[in-house]
Amino acid sequence: MIQRAEVADELAGLSIFADLGSAQLQGIAHIFEEQWYPAGERILRQDLSGSGFYLILEGEVAVRQDGRDLAMLARGDYFGEISVLLGEPPVADVVALRPVRALHLAAAQLQDVLLAYPTVMYRMLVEQTRRVRSANRWRG
Amino acid sequence: MAGLSERPFPPGDYPLVVVGSGPGAIQVSYSLARLGVPHAVLSRDPVAGGMFRKFPFFQRLLSWTKPYAPAEQGSRAYERYDWNSLLADEPEHAALMPGLMDGTSYFPSRPEMERNLQTFAERTGVAIRQDCRWERTRLEGEGPDRRFVLETSDGEYRAPLAIFAVGVAEPYVPPTPGIELVPHYADTRPAETYADKRIFIIGKQNSGFELASGLLPWARGLVLASPSPAKLSIVTRSLVGIRARYVQPYEDYVLGGGVAVLEAAIERIERTEGGFRVTTRPSRGGDPVAVEVDEVIAATGFVAPLLDLPELGVATFGHSRLPAQTAYWESATVPGIYFAGTLTQAVGGLKKHGLPPNSGAVQGSRYNARVLARHVAETHFGVPPLRRPIDPAGLLAFALDELCRGPELWHQRAYLARVVELEPASGVADAGVRPLTSFLDDGGPDAVALTVEADAAGAIYPVVYGRRDGTVTEHILPADDLLQFDRQEHRRALAGILREFGVASDEASVPAATAQRVGTPAAGPP
Ligand SMILES: Cc1cc2nc3c(=O)[nH]c(=O)nc-3n(C[C@H](O)[C@H](O)[C@H](O)COP(=O)(O)OP(=O)(O)OC[C@H]3O[C@@H](n4cnc5c(N)ncnc54)[C@H](O)[C@@H]3O)c2cc1C
Repeated sequence: MIQRAEVADELAGLSIFADLGSAQLQGIAHIFEEQWYPAGERILRQDLSGSGFYLILEGEVAVRQDGRDLAMLARGDYFGEISVLLGEPPVADVVALRPVRALHLAAAQLQDVLLAYPTVMYRMLVEQTRRVRSANRWRG
Repeated sequence: MAGLSERPFPPGDYPLVVVGSGPGAIQVSYSLARLGVPHAVLSRDPVAGGMFRKFPFFQRLLSWTKPYAPAEQGSRAYERYDWNSLLADEPEHAALMPGLMDGTSYFPSRPEMERNLQTFAERTGVAIRQDCRWERTRLEGEGPDRRFVLETSDGEYRAPLAIFAVGVAEPYVPPTPGIELVPHYADTRPAETYADKRIFIIGKQNSGFELASGLLPWARGLVLASPSPAKLSIVTRSLVGIRARYVQPYEDYVLGGGVAVLEAAIERIERTEGGFRVTTRPSRGGDPVAVEVDEVIAATGFVAPLLDLPELGVATFGHSRLPAQTAYWESATVPGIYFAGTLTQAVGGLKKHGLPPNSGAVQGSRYNARVLARHVAETHFGVPPLRRPIDPAGLLAFALDELCRGPELWHQRAYLARVVELEPASGVADAGVRPLTSFLDDGGPDAVALTVEADAAGAIYPVVYGRRDGTVTEHILPADDLLQFDRQEHRRALAGILREFGVASDEASVPAATAQRVGTPAAGPP
């Protein structure tokens, strides 16, 4: 059983929110909506329009493209940001490997949160940069 | 059916037990009975009506029923304009709500809604054992002998299947220091007792704004506070957010008229001489701010009264402690336990463009209940799957009509879909209404699923999902300012999609289909 005050505590432990104070975390906890997915369920669907942004609180997911697993994500990881930021359908499925508890944000709200909390945007930028670097390493 | 003096469903063994007597339980019991599924219904309340026996506090619903509408009362199309009647197969039992309203508002009063639900149950023969409180649950036996045992105030009910429609109306009180000093929404006093008082309302959702609206004529001043900004339904373009009827306090606030709307967390509440001090911490940062008032009301929401189901293994989540469910509203962790009514809001579906289905309210959950009844009947009671053959020549007209007028699609957007099977071997057939995620994920014969959807900018448009050899494609049809989806461009697009399945419909001669596959696969993470 999770109350909002507890969600705020959970958020405090995630690196993307590491710079926020407790009142800000409570504000964020109220904007996100908690969702629960059974093992095997698709959370993001390849090629379907109108997807959202998700932050994993509990559980594990696979990023799966045309049936091939590309990556695994767990607590504190997030997904869906690329399709939300670019306004395009996801190019992979994200599938729950175990029951997943996640916070969901609609596309328009992600923009609001990033503009309202620039430190969150900065941390996301660092993470994206890291991903681009690894992708370049693989290629090179 | 039991006689008037006799209470139905004494304790004992049943194939299925339904708990509740609100709109959720009544609708699911009605639909099960029409499919011939035997079951018992029990509820702790003395009479049917559920939460509407008490709420909304100010005695008027936030869901409307339009007595005059573009469709005839009692028709399927009329359901789109009548959010409060339960669904009946018999025309004489459909659309009961408008006939029970006094005409002063198209939002029924709470007593009118209560009467609507009770009248429906009486006329359709939905029997309920009232005054029977479910108190504890255990699981006995295995395999074919597996039984849920519901211990109640009247004795034990044993059944392999249970549907809980127990609502989300149990007051939730957050662990804020001092909150025990003040009443919850559910314990608000009559409005006139707040005359000339400064009132602090904790919570900025509909219940908070409903109280604020009702207290506006009485309060000397009003403060509403919660950590995140108030959302308005006309901005979110969905039922998420404060409904238009309750926005007056917000206008008073923006025009500087004695109402304050704060984005702040509540740190603590203390008693002062004759009143309260509420210490708030602004979400934007900065020092705590103390507000002195005469009265405080906690409009802090509601939780699901699931009793010991979590100990039985039923996973719950979120602020309202909702049970985690599959696409067909079965507990995701304890098979055999299903949910109906407002509890089905726990299944978010695709939430395309962030928009949730309307399962929290009657106009959405009544369709979930009907789909659930059929699913239970087919899965556990040997009722054959729905399959109504359609003449291919009439398919296009059928599909367009569903997209224009199908109430399931309109109330449960991007969530419930009309499925039409298109297997060459078995022919064209209407396979009924199903959860869209089930169509997308569970596989099945070649088929199309028809939905109505909306985007974040507010456009409403039909979407057709095609499933061929297990691969699903999404086709977005054009929006229309007048919400008429049977224009030439829609006919053409739909005919093009059907042609891909080898179905020549009456528009098959129309050239160049405008339907397109959305999303081009590319490399990289999502
Ligand atoms: C303040 C408020 C206002 C709302 N206004 C509207 C509105 O205007 N329009 C709208 O569409 N929706 C509204 N809703 C949402 C509303 O709750 C649902 O639409 C609807 O009432 C839910 O029906 P239900 O049958 O799921 O639950 P309920 O109506 O809450 O019924 C629950 C039933 O379960 C029974 N029950 C619970 N626990 C037990 C137990 N242990 N043993 C036996 N029986 C039990 C109760 O007796 C009751 O009969 C509102 C919700 C709230 C909280």
